Amino acid sequence: MAPRLVALIVKEFLAAFRDRRGRFTLIVPPIMQLLLYAYAATLEVKNVPIGILNEDWGMISEQLVSRFERASAFSEIIYFHSLDEVAAAIDAQQVTAVVHIGQEFSRRLAANEPAPVQIILDARKSNTAQILNSYIGAIVSQFNEDRMSLQAPIDQPSIVVDRTWYNPNREYRNVMIPSLVGTLSMTTVLVVVAMSVARERELGTFEQLLVSPLQPLEIVIGKAVPGVAIGMIQAAGIVALITTLFGIPVTGSIPLLFLGLFVFLLSIAGVGLFVSSLASTQQQAMLGSMLFMAPAIMLSGFTAPVQNMPDWLQPLAHLNPLTHFLVIVRGVFLRDMPAHLVLDRIWPMGGIAIVTLLAATWLFRHRVS
Amino acid sequence: MNQGRSRGGRWRRIRGLVRKEIIQIWRDPSSLLVAFAHPLLLLFLFGFGLSFDANVIRIGLVVEQPSPDTAWFETALTNSPYFDVKTAHDRRDFIDALTAGWIDGIVVIPGDFAARGARGDMAPVQVITDGSDPNTASFVTGYVQGAWQIWQAQLRARAGVETAAPVVTVPRFWFNPELKSRRALLPGSIAQILMMVGSLLTALIVAREWERGTMEALLATPIGRLEFIAGKLIPNFMLGMGAMAVSVVAAVWVFDVPFRGSILSLVGITTVFLLVALGLGLLVSTAARTQFAASQIATLVSFLPSLFFSGAIFEIAAMPAILRGLAAIVPARYYVDSLETIFLVGDVGPVLLRSGAILTVIAIAIIAFTVRKTKMRLD
Repeated sequence: MAPRLVALIVKEFLAAFRDRRGRFTLIVPPIMQLLLYAYAATLEVKNVPIGILNEDWGMISEQLVSRFERASAFSEIIYFHSLDEVAAAIDAQQVTAVVHIGQEFSRRLAANEPAPVQIILDARKSNTAQILNSYIGAIVSQFNEDRMSLQAPIDQPSIVVDRTWYNPNREYRNVMIPSLVGTLSMTTVLVVVAMSVARERELGTFEQLLVSPLQPLEIVIGKAVPGVAIGMIQAAGIVALITTLFGIPVTGSIPLLFLGLFVFLLSIAGVGLFVSSLASTQQQAMLGSMLFMAPAIMLSGFTAPVQNMPDWLQPLAHLNPLTHFLVIVRGVFLRDMPAHLVLDRIWPMGGIAIVTLLAATWLFRHRVS
Repeated sequence: MNQGRSRGGRWRRIRGLVRKEIIQIWRDPSSLLVAFAHPLLLLFLFGFGLSFDANVIRIGLVVEQPSPDTAWFETALTNSPYFDVKTAHDRRDFIDALTAGWIDGIVVIPGDFAARGARGDMAPVQVITDGSDPNTASFVTGYVQGAWQIWQAQLRARAGVETAAPVVTVPRFWFNPELKSRRALLPGSIAQILMMVGSLLTALIVAREWERGTMEALLATPIGRLEFIAGKLIPNFMLGMGAMAVSVVAAVWVFDVPFRGSILSLVGITTVFLLVALGLGLLVSTAARTQFAASQIATLVSFLPSLFFSGAIFEIAAMPAILRGLAAIVPARYYVDSLETIFLVGDVGPVLLRSGAILTVIAIAIIAFTVRKTKMRLD
């Protein structure tokens, strides 16, 4: 059994690396994506214009406006003179946020009444709008605090001390970039495995494999091993780039990370083989992979946390190997995650791997058409 | 006379090629699945899976030494609908939970809290947040700080300290007042769907002809370059339009996204965008020649940029200058702008005309380039 299996594995490696374009697609897209994500994927907002409509013209409103002029998040301040102008500018997307100070502003503050300031936000970009709202809110509350301490200096009996663990500056890229180890190697393994079977089917060589002395389980192993190996090598390269180029250190145990990666990629190879056992053309295999990949990425906590999903959807997220691996990779990179917590996440992926690999073996045996 | 006959022949040849493509699509239902089932799946995922709105924040509250002073703060947190609070007396009980991601933050009221307060010293409340989820971390700080500020205000009021009236901000979220992520994300996700249907399907079809050797059969016919491209574009254009219709109907009726613009502008802008997506797919397909390479390159040049640079999730203005330049030529960005406007605002002339014009220029450039690159010979 062993020599046959080795021969098949060697053949698979040769098939993956033989073609120049094939080699290109294993190396260039992951690196490009890494760079893109590193610099494009940010949930910060800066460099945007902000509008101000000040109908008050009192001293205090001028002071408030000058706070916005000094804020670094905004590229420029556009002054409006009427609500109609504001509406036109927001409709045409010239500005996303406008601070509207009403006529009563100074009078109310002078009478020691709370004075409302309206923040008009273009919620077509709901994310940007929310972030801008919190920026503006922070500027106004700083303004309030300064006024209060100026008027009635009191000793604060209590303060809130804020500590951020694992990622002290709360930088989004420190979370996003390690997660790419998961999404990029998943894409590679899934596509390599699914397409290699489908290509053989389309070219007719898969029938030859099936009539050879190889058992279906051996075919499954022979197809899975090269895919997983390519994925592991790619992931190792990405981890090296992340720690050197982007300076994000691994705080936890690297062997633990690679153990998790191995089980994760095995489960993905299982999914790939399962997809390709159902597909009879490369197009079908490609589309099948896409049908798996889009939900796998969306329901993994990659962009938005799993606990924000509706309760009925969360169990589905736990059937997704990527959900578990993202916890591991973020944990080992940022949180020095202890072994027992990593193992908690490895078991479910191992279960998924066994189920999908066995299902693919069964389908290879029973679906010879 | 001669001219007229050749033109008649041209239409006949295009019709024949279109018929062949349609039959091919019909016989391999995976294309239909992509055009009609996949949009529904993606809409569903964008609708339910992608939410930046934290429902409930899970907090571990550590009260090292319970006292009447700490009790108020404790009830303020536990009674808040924003928090799901577990209480303990030692912070070590929560460290594993935070590392594993079972809770989003730890609030610590230290043992000497009451004693310090009585002496008039600073009595710190510590908030430990999980920086590996930056969004939730800022929610945790924000909410805890809010609860603390209310408490402070009550203490001041009780002590009879006169304070200056505050400036209060009143946010008004136009076009999406309840700020449902779904309403803002779904229109944009239609661009993703069409990119997928448009360029991915198209990328595979020319490469397939080369890989299977059927290109040689096509070359032996009198079909010209333009006819070949038209024959490939037309059926996939119809698939794309079908996918758009399914997505729009589902977004409006199932996911309750308002539609405030006109169908005419929707169809108009979708037409130019689809031409861009299909042109891109054909170009990739022509260059790649194998389906594997075509699918990889198509994902790289069409799908990913339209995810990153559409402005739907990540703010383009915050990116480095090089990427902003790159984003300026990403077609999906202009389509997403138009869709968000058509769905949530209405037919806003400046936005739609600008996007339409830019998309038209990109479409013409890509298709002209594809025509040039298409080689009707074997080598």
